[in-house]
This record gives sequence, C-alpha cells and structure tokens, in this order.
Amino acid sequence: MTAGLVTFWILAALAVASAIGVVLKRNPIHSALFLVVHLATLAAFFLKMRAEFLATAQVIVYAGAIAILFVFAIMVLIPGREETGTDALRSQRLLAVPVAGLLLVLLAVMLRSTLFAGAGPKTSVAGGVATIGRALFTDYLYPFEVTSVLLLVALVGVIALAKRRVA
Amino acid sequence: MVPTAYYVGVSAVLFVIGALGVLVRRNPLVIFMSIEIMLNAANLAFVAFGERHGSINGQALVFFVLCVAAAEVAVGLAIIVAIFRLRRRLSVDELSLMRG
Repeated sequence: MTAGLVTFWILAALAVASAIGVVLKRNPIHSALFLVVHLATLAAFFLKMRAEFLATAQVIVYAGAIAILFVFAIMVLIPGREETGTDALRSQRLLAVPVAGLLLVLLAVMLRSTLFAGAGPKTSVAGGVATIGRALFTDYLYPFEVTSVLLLVALVGVIALAKRRVA
Repeated sequence: MVPTAYYVGVSAVLFVIGALGVLVRRNPLVIFMSIEIMLNAANLAFVAFGERHGSINGQALVFFVLCVAAAEVAVGLAIIVAIFRLRRRLSVDELSLMRG
C-alpha cells in the first residue's frame, strides 16, 4: 500500500465519520462542528487531486463563511427543544434507513456498470489559479457572469427576507 | 495514484449519508447541513472525474457549485429565521401551510 492510498483511506474514514456525526448528533452545534471537519477533509481531498485553487476556496467559502453562518443561525434561533417531543412520523423516519440503503445499492450498481469501462488519459492537470482562471474566463464566461447575478439576487433576497416589517 | 473509482465510491457513500440526514432529521438547520454534505459529495465526484480525464472542466463546475451553495445557504437561513420569528418553533413537520 503506497503512501497515497494510506492518506486516501485516512481521509475517507474521516469524511464518512464526520458526515455521520452531522446526521446523528442531537445538538445542532455539534452537527455544525462536525460539518467543519467534513468540509476541511473535502479540502484535503481536493489538494490530493491537485485542485489547489478549489481546496483554498473550499476552506474560505465553506469552512469559513458557510460554517460561521450556520453557527450564527444556531445561536440566533437558540434551539434545543425542537427534536425532543413525540415524533408523529416515526414509522416514516424508520423507513428512511432502508430507502437510503437502496439508494446506495442503486448508485453502486450504476457506477460499476457504466463509468469505468476503459482507461482514461493519464495526463493530470494542476488546478492552480492560472489554469482554472483561464477556463472560467474563456469556456465558462457566460456561466461566470450569470453566477454574479445569482449572488446579487441572493444578497437582495436575504435583505428583503431578514428586514423587519415596518407596520 | 489512487484510482478514480475509490473517490467516486466515497462520494456515493457521502451522498447517501446526506440524503439520510435530510430524511430523518427534524431540525431545518441540520437538514441544510445534510444538503451541504450532498453538494460536497457531488463536488468530490466532479474533481475525481476531471482528474481522470486530465481536464479542468470538472474543477470549473465545482466552482459554480460553490457559488450556488453559498447563495442557497444564505437565502435558506434567512427563510428559517423568518419562519422562526413567526412560529417560535423549529420543526419541519409543522410547516404544512403554504401561507403563514
């Protein structure tokens, strides 16, 4: 087993364990902290696949901004009682586990049957700022511009939603 | 070098964990976190396939997913806060009305 595989399995175990932690922890703050671990592990995965820019963006956007937003929302809402009462839909929730298992089986069958037939080219590209920037401003110029509109719409929408109504 | 199939396998497992979280949890905040896990699983698959084909396109797509996720979280959390102001409770099962 090479060093690359060892780090891969350590990262994979960390990613899966922290994802399970997010789902299972009752306290949302604990879930948010597990989410930070999960996102950082994903950044390490990106780094391992030579996607340096994405790894940095992942840490800044996800582990930075989004995680802080989550923790902030939890602090504002002060939950803690919402998942303690009697569960009216308990049978449906138990049904969710076999459904998720079925989804996993379907994904495994689909991935095995189609995607790995034949070897792809083995010329790995480094995802530095120069490479990804060139792709974004040539092939993906229009999607990139639309993204800026999307962010503007989100900004305006959030302000409109969060504003207290003046009676 | 790690085979692409391993990365995609981990991505599939993470996606299923996220889907399970959306199905079983009642707190909308945790449901949002589970959605983030699913988006990240898709990102991992994108980057893995991009690496396999020696192409930058996978990473460019992940960049757009990142932007959409940021917008989605901002709007979603604002909606949750607005609902909480109205209802004083926080459970997705109680939100069965189209107009509050």
